[in-house]
Amino acid sequence: MALSGMRGLSVFISDIRNCPNKEQERLRVDKELGNVRTRFKNEKLPNQFRENSHSPFLPPLVIFLIAVWIVVFLLLSCHLLHAIDELPYLVEKELGLTHYEKKKYVWKMLYIYMLGYDVDFGHMEAVSLISAPKYPEKQVGYIVTACLLNENHDFLRLAINTVRNDIIGRNETFQCLALTMVGNIGGREFAESLAPDVQKLIISSSCRPLVRKKAALCLLRLYRKNPDVVNVDGWADRMAQLLDERDLGVLTSSMSLLVALVSNNHEAYWSSLPKCVKILERLARNQDVPQEYTYYGIPSPWLQVKTMRALQYFPTIEDPNTRRSLFEVLQRILMGTDVVKNVNKNNASHAVLFEALALVMHLDAEKEMMSQCVALLGKFIAVREPNIRYLGLENMTRMLMVTDVQDIIKRHQAQIITSLKDPDIRRALDLLYGMCDVSNAKDIVEEILQYLSTAEFAMREELSLKAAILAEKFAPDLSWYVDVILQLIDKAGDFVSDDIWFRVVQFVTNNEDLQPYAAVKVKEYLDKPAIHETMVKVSAYILGEFGHLLSRRPGCGPKELFNIIHDKLPTVSTSTIPILLSTYAKILMHTQPPDPELQNQIWAIFSKYESCIDVEIQQRAAEYFALSRKGAALMDILAEMPKFPERQSSLIKKAEDAEVDTAEQSAIKLRTQQQMSNALVVTDQRPANGTPLVGQLSLVKVPSMTNNTDVNSADQGLTPENGALTTVDPPQPSADLLGDLLGPLAIEGPPTAIQSQQNIVSGLEGDHAVEATAIVPVDEPQNSVQPIGNIAERFHALCLKDSGVLYEDPHIQIGIKAEWRMYHGRLVLFLGNKNTTPLVSVQAIILPPSHLKIELSLVPETIPPRAQVQCPLEVVNLRPSRDVAVLDFSYKFGNNVANVKLRLPAVLNKFLQPISVSAEEFFPQWRSLSGPPLKLQEVVRGVKPLLLMEMANLFNSFRLIVCPGLDPNPNNLVASTTFFSESTQAMLCLVRIETDPADRTQLRVTIASGDPTLTFELKEFIKEQLVSIPSVPTAPRASPGQAPPAPPVAQPTSSAAALSDPGALLAGLL
Amino acid sequence: MGIRFILMVNKQGQTRLAQYYEYLTIEERRALEGEIVRKCLARTEQQCSFVEHRNYKIVYRRYASLFFLVGVDNDENELAILEFIHLLVETMDRHFGNVCELDIMFHLEKAHFMLEEMVMNGCIVETSKSNILAPIQLMDKAS
Repeated sequence: MALSGMRGLSVFISDIRNCPNKEQERLRVDKELGNVRTRFKNEKLPNQFRENSHSPFLPPLVIFLIAVWIVVFLLLSCHLLHAIDELPYLVEKELGLTHYEKKKYVWKMLYIYMLGYDVDFGHMEAVSLISAPKYPEKQVGYIVTACLLNENHDFLRLAINTVRNDIIGRNETFQCLALTMVGNIGGREFAESLAPDVQKLIISSSCRPLVRKKAALCLLRLYRKNPDVVNVDGWADRMAQLLDERDLGVLTSSMSLLVALVSNNHEAYWSSLPKCVKILERLARNQDVPQEYTYYGIPSPWLQVKTMRALQYFPTIEDPNTRRSLFEVLQRILMGTDVVKNVNKNNASHAVLFEALALVMHLDAEKEMMSQCVALLGKFIAVREPNIRYLGLENMTRMLMVTDVQDIIKRHQAQIITSLKDPDIRRALDLLYGMCDVSNAKDIVEEILQYLSTAEFAMREELSLKAAILAEKFAPDLSWYVDVILQLIDKAGDFVSDDIWFRVVQFVTNNEDLQPYAAVKVKEYLDKPAIHETMVKVSAYILGEFGHLLSRRPGCGPKELFNIIHDKLPTVSTSTIPILLSTYAKILMHTQPPDPELQNQIWAIFSKYESCIDVEIQQRAAEYFALSRKGAALMDILAEMPKFPERQSSLIKKAEDAEVDTAEQSAIKLRTQQQMSNALVVTDQRPANGTPLVGQLSLVKVPSMTNNTDVNSADQGLTPENGALTTVDPPQPSADLLGDLLGPLAIEGPPTAIQSQQNIVSGLEGDHAVEATAIVPVDEPQNSVQPIGNIAERFHALCLKDSGVLYEDPHIQIGIKAEWRMYHGRLVLFLGNKNTTPLVSVQAIILPPSHLKIELSLVPETIPPRAQVQCPLEVVNLRPSRDVAVLDFSYKFGNNVANVKLRLPAVLNKFLQPISVSAEEFFPQWRSLSGPPLKLQEVVRGVKPLLLMEMANLFNSFRLIVCPGLDPNPNNLVASTTFFSESTQAMLCLVRIETDPADRTQLRVTIASGDPTLTFELKEFIKEQLVSIPSVPTAPRASPGQAPPAPPVAQPTSSAAALSDPGALLAGLL
Repeated sequence: MGIRFILMVNKQGQTRLAQYYEYLTIEERRALEGEIVRKCLARTEQQCSFVEHRNYKIVYRRYASLFFLVGVDNDENELAILEFIHLLVETMDRHFGNVCELDIMFHLEKAHFMLEEMVMNGCIVETSKSNILAPIQLMDKAS
């Protein structure tokens, strides 16, 4: 009964099943392999006796002898009759093994192979069954061959003729078998010799559906594997014809074939599009669907899904009628799907629904329909059924990427947070991570923190990393950030990588206002009885640096601090002890006047560790011991650590790297890139023509003795304003931090461009101090005010939006509001006096570039206390140019004159108006603008690597509208816009970006418009945007004639200390 | 191309059927199956039926002692595959009548014949049960 009566096989399977362990199974398998091998070998050498150990059902020896005799006889006579390229198909008994036996052995081989054992023989026997005359043997031959061999196997070549004969033969069951095998493993040679036959079968009117559906998928494989061999010219019409088919089996296969063809070249298959919509209509309305193809009342859900997938390969649907019909069907699916009790019906209908959602997203439906989709997804993420909820979350994450429905999604935040408690937390975490911004960061991060202590261990590291990144990116204030990281270390210390605590140290070091707060906080943690070692490291470091700021508080004297830190020493590992030693040395240095008792205690510790076996500890102990006897000189040597240069957070970088291979990479990366400009991840944007420059480094007096002079000895002895950075044996957490500190020196700044930023004034000589606070070139009246926030950043933000703050300092805030219409702009400057005394001698002068006509209304000379003055500004764009207008603004406050030069955001992209063009409009225009100067092309290198999606978003933000699908190459991007100026009037601009997926740092830009200047300016503008989204602060080129510019302190915008640099602005303008 | 492999594994982790639609060496198969089985069999009822593994998405469903695991491309419609598993089970049920693990074990070839009619080169080729079973019935009649 079992295996159609193959008894030996049943016995073997039973034996395997009864094996008590893997070892026994292996023995049994080896024995069987031995048997089968012997049988096959004997078949080839028929004059030898065969062993028949394995089966009691084999014929006795006598029959054997007769058989052997017959075989020898027949072999001699038959040998010459067989053609070479045909498989040696032999009639039963000819060679001893019957087809029945061969079939049985071949199944055994397949069974053994399935169990995970290698079967390296018998392939020939399997292949030879293909040429058996009877269906059962032939079937086994085809199926087992497809399972055991791959397309490159030599034996397959031997079968080509047999296969071809089966395919073109009259027996449709044979045709099916052959088509299926070729469809599964057919390689190049099959494609070469069979493709035309297969194509004929698909469209043949005499063929039954059962053959045609297999032929369609067979062609799909041949085409996918060897598109160069299979000729599909003219298949567009046949494909469209094929989609008129009534049989749903043929349609199911044909739809897969269509997907393969369309994904390669959608242009050719436009005619199939309305047919797909028709099929979808037929299914969705359940018209003419046989019962056999209805699954739990749903007309073939798989065909519906496949059809909607095929439709997603067409960029848009232009024919309004088709589009309308499709949206009607989609609407019907979206609205007509209910949650039902039967799980299969529910799954099937939701499979269709989710595909419909994907199609709606792809088609970029109207906002109303999108909101409907989000509402649906909101429903899904609240259901109990885990599959639907999971997919709901996943699709919401996708939704974040493609459309502007974030606010609607945020309404579901509470529900998403609840899903963090699911066993499948990933999706919810991804979604929360994706939707986080400044407005909801606090809620989200705190929820993640709360969840952290109960989460699965496998998830904790990811949770901590994501919490840390979100806290860093979206912190509403820095003290909250410090709180979050400390909580993180407290709750999940084991999962907090070093990067995370290095980062918090960097922020505390760079933000003076944060230092006392952080010191108080870490002391609170230190007071707890048991804390994680990472917490000991952070606390010790921060208290060593900034503990003295607390000295007036009760319980925070140097001695107390030393005691609570020293209490932890016995509990920590050798990697932490060096940090503690540095802390002790710093405490000692800050204790003025010296406390002999504390001094002796610490000296005792130093001398104890002088003989430590760990070299790092030993060296520190010895050096600190020697240094601490130098008295006052200690002050200089152990001064505070200099500020860290701002650069992209290594955490975020790590997250990006780690996510490269996950499916959501684009979503996350996209968000990561988009949200760079925020409180903590400082991207100090500069004009593109500025040279990159090192961030700020504090000048510390170079002591005669340091163990780190190699750090930048090269820089010493440069011009006086070139700072010599010296790290005076601070507790270096790791080489990584050192890398942070030195990275820009080595990599980004040519030595001559290095300008030290001296903002820690203490201990500086006078002339340095002057420069340190100077924010304007020295030939300007010296400003005594410092701007709040980063001027360059504010300008860049205003280039993308139409209202916001242009400038702010302690006395005045300048806001701006703009409206743009064609080549006209109307700006209003809001000058707000923040003081209780009037601002006098207010002056605002516009320095317009030649292409802009700007009229500023009268600016009052005095701004009354707490008052805001509005100054309208009319702008006319005369012709295309990237030059920028400058507002020269000054006022007097008391005796101080403040003067700033501010770029006005009346930039090129403000005179663009998005326009989406269809293929019919695009291509004629593109062709008619045939070459320079109207069409310019340039290869741009050193581009900031962006995913295509990110680049598209960037372009959209500059009102260059990306037209998806116009370019068949998915690595390219086509965008269009209209530019307005008085001379050009409305001018259509077309942009094409060709990227190289292998190297994202280079791309080719082609710009076409009807005006040569416009083409050139737009090209340069786009280049600037692509090259200059620096995540590392860069500073402008300081031309030798200019006064030494003091590059802005790359500091968080929220910190009040950020400076800006009018020199940079001017440099950017000229 | 959609479906990359179909596995049937019992709850002890023994493979009862393996059909691949892309070529993997036997070592790769062993490793992959081991990883997937460990991952999926440890999951609870409250967890969803989709697991990401390497560059596959595994859609799985449990019937009594037998797990059906289907590896698909990342962009495949998960629920459609989940119901495709059920369609496969229903088809076997129609043929065997109350199909169980033993039926699949001892009629491996029939399970393969059915799959052969349902999936080709990773694409779904037929979803009508009577069409799927037609060749098998034909053969049963003949023998």
